[in-house]
Amino acid sequence: MAYIELKQVTKLFGAVRAVDRLDLDIAQGECVAMLGPSGCGKTTTLRMVAGFEDLDDGAIRVGERIISSKRDNFYLPPEHRNFGMVFQAFAVWPHLSVYENVAFPLRIRKLPKEEIAARTEEALKHTNLWKAAGDSPDDLSGGGKQRVALARALAIRPDVMLLDEPLSSLDPHFREEMRFEIKDLQRRFGFSILYVTHDQSEAMALSDRILVMRSGVVQQVGTPLEVYGEPANRFVFEFIGLSCFLDADLTPTGMRINGVDAAWPAGIAPAPELLAAGRACLAARPSEIDFVGEGGLRGIVSRKAYLGETVDYRVMVGDAEIRVQKGRRVPGPGIGEAVGLAFPRPHWYPTA
Amino acid sequence: MIATKRFNFGTPELLFTLSVAVLLIVVVFPMLLIFFNAFWVDGHFNVTDVLRVLQRQETYQALGNSLVLSGGVTVTGTLVGTLFAWLVTRTDLPFKKTMKLLFLVPFMLPAFIGALAWKMLLSPRAGYINRFFMDYLGFDSPIFNIYSYAGIILVETMYLFPFVFIQVSGALERMDPTLEESARISGADLFTITRKITIPLVMPSILSGALLIMLYSMAHFGTVAVLGIETGIYNIPTLIYEKIHQSAGSFDSIRTATVLATVLVITAAAILWLQNRILSKGRYQIIAGKSFRPSELKLRGLRIPILIFCLAYIALTIVLPTVTIFMVGGLKTYGLPFALENMTWANYSHILFEWDLTRDSIWNSISLGLASALVTMFAGVIISYVIVKMKVRGKGLLEFLGMLPFSVPGSVIALGVILAWSGKFGVSLYNTVWIILIAYIARYMAFSLKANSAALEQVHDSLVEAARASGATMAQALRDVVIPLVRPGMVAAFFLIFLPALRELTVSVLLYGPTTRTIGVAIYTLNEDGETVYSAALAGIALIIIVTGEVLIKRLVTGKNAA
Repeated sequence: MAYIELKQVTKLFGAVRAVDRLDLDIAQGECVAMLGPSGCGKTTTLRMVAGFEDLDDGAIRVGERIISSKRDNFYLPPEHRNFGMVFQAFAVWPHLSVYENVAFPLRIRKLPKEEIAARTEEALKHTNLWKAAGDSPDDLSGGGKQRVALARALAIRPDVMLLDEPLSSLDPHFREEMRFEIKDLQRRFGFSILYVTHDQSEAMALSDRILVMRSGVVQQVGTPLEVYGEPANRFVFEFIGLSCFLDADLTPTGMRINGVDAAWPAGIAPAPELLAAGRACLAARPSEIDFVGEGGLRGIVSRKAYLGETVDYRVMVGDAEIRVQKGRRVPGPGIGEAVGLAFPRPHWYPTA
Repeated sequence: MIATKRFNFGTPELLFTLSVAVLLIVVVFPMLLIFFNAFWVDGHFNVTDVLRVLQRQETYQALGNSLVLSGGVTVTGTLVGTLFAWLVTRTDLPFKKTMKLLFLVPFMLPAFIGALAWKMLLSPRAGYINRFFMDYLGFDSPIFNIYSYAGIILVETMYLFPFVFIQVSGALERMDPTLEESARISGADLFTITRKITIPLVMPSILSGALLIMLYSMAHFGTVAVLGIETGIYNIPTLIYEKIHQSAGSFDSIRTATVLATVLVITAAAILWLQNRILSKGRYQIIAGKSFRPSELKLRGLRIPILIFCLAYIALTIVLPTVTIFMVGGLKTYGLPFALENMTWANYSHILFEWDLTRDSIWNSISLGLASALVTMFAGVIISYVIVKMKVRGKGLLEFLGMLPFSVPGSVIALGVILAWSGKFGVSLYNTVWIILIAYIARYMAFSLKANSAALEQVHDSLVEAARASGATMAQALRDVVIPLVRPGMVAAFFLIFLPALRELTVSVLLYGPTTRTIGVAIYTLNEDGETVYSAALAGIALIIIVTGEVLIKRLVTGKNAA
């Protein structure tokens, strides 16, 4: 059974549906990332789970216990939810030392002195902060501060960890390091993670499943592989990874893009209902477009740039520019050369 | 660069010398005279004599009173200011924005006019509230005697708590809400968070506001003068006034005054130094970018009672005194009940159109305010320009001299100006408006420097260099680039000086002559002479002028920002 369950969770800000009937299950020890552009409702969802926002509809359950419910107008206050939470802006208290910051939630719980000392030490050691225990958090770097926040959240040994863009205030090279640290800590302590980010590579690297949101509505929930490989719609396709989109007129024998015709090779034609509509959008990753000598969608190479490992081509098909990326070891056409484009793994979406 | 240097040869030095000269004459010379008079007796330096003066009963009592009064006001004002700041930023109190504006109103109102109103309401024998309780409710004795330490502390608290309110509500608004949320998710309830996280984090702001209250209360003349003299409660400024005015310039009373002034200067400097330290070292980095609204404490059942409490506070501290002033100002004779047949417009028309004393005072205040604001604004621009932009040696000294009056209480400035300009050094300005003008300039110079250097710091050097590179001379660059850019700072400086000058009492009460009363002095002396009704009427007029001015300026400033 799912450990955390969000059911029909809805939040209104005035007339705007910031979060619209969101359903999500999270298993014990699972990491789910909520991914989407800013303003899509992911942080609002997290804050509803944390208890900082009431719901306008739906309910949230953790274990056997309902913690938020619109119907019963019941909201367990955040301080009784026993979650760990890490905020984007660190939110470590500058008037307390690193040690006092981490010990704070334990002291609030009035645990025995020895246990407070033991757990604080454990949390500090796991986050490599033991040496800095007596320092003021203001003397630490951004990464250090975020470790303090992480240690503070760990100290209570939570079952659920809520992370609100915890890495986006950090320098890029710290970010990758912290990613691994969070993952290690999760493996060791076995808590569930609900993770908010707008950075797709972060979501891919950390999470077991990704929930993609847009304007308060869930677009897709799936493993990183599913979300990348089988995007549920054009928005998800575009939001994750590089993409190129082509509007095509469809006939039973082929397609016409920008006045250029291409016959259907086997297996790439869209589903019958799209075919029947006569028009659809062809989506492909630039790395998944092949050059073919004959047939395919004909065009002319207009630009070519070496990006180190890959070569970036622009191919003009009619007056549309199509981006193609190939490994630098693959021999490719030169500028001005006529080429055919083949789409071995195409995705078809209804035209926008 | 070389060309620039050659062109400017002598100019920075000239401006620098001029600036130093102005500050020396206006600020430093009078100050030195105070110390000189305090410590130099019969041709030599004498500390024991200073101690002897301090051991006199009236002196140490005044010192003690200053300490008790300003200490009391600091405590109550800080509590009130912090409580209201917390209410308007961290609870779901209704009409918070309006309440916030209302809590700032006392800042506009001169405290001594408030003191006057409270005297009319709560003086033990004649106060309207006391009489109401005694005449109609059968009380044997007055319910509250405003002529007391508690009375003075209460009245000053009403007008000074905004110092803390502004600082603390600002800090609470800018504070990153996740600092409190992370405590909440750690398991702390709102009460614990307020105690262990919120209050400690804004403590530097609370302390800095508290010290401002203390500084102001320490140097405050009006309230103590109106409410304390009746029962012999003097603080340092009122005793200085007593010494200068009543003792008609005897050497001993001037010495006592200078010793008191010295104590006041040292205390004020210590308070400001402490405040600076707290602000520069103790302020935490608690401001962050992305944020949601901080969680508000739901007052639930207390929401309406607390709103009523706040409104009652405002009604009691702003509306009641203001109404009292206007009503008493319209009475045919002070002490009559407020009935329609006892009211008249004659007092108002008399002081506005017939009586020279009051008409002159309005004219004096307006012209003094305008003149001091203009002079200080222009001098401030030049001096700040030298401080901020020019590379001359010793400009640190200039900055120190300019900011010095900030820590010098008004009565000290007035005393220094008396020592310098009453004929001892060949120029006697005593009893003329000029001596008041000089004192105003000295007192308000720091305001102008602050506003102007802030504006000048925004003007990057490269802007002037670009103008020079485009072919403008230094003078053209100043005229076409620098001045237009600092104009908002100059305008701000003008009003920062003009408005307080309009209601000034502490300085002018020590300097006025028969024809040079300011509005503040006229209100105060009329009250002293028992002309309570005229005093109230003039106070009413003053309130109208001040509030109109404040509102016009708010309009002007916000209108400009919007454009």
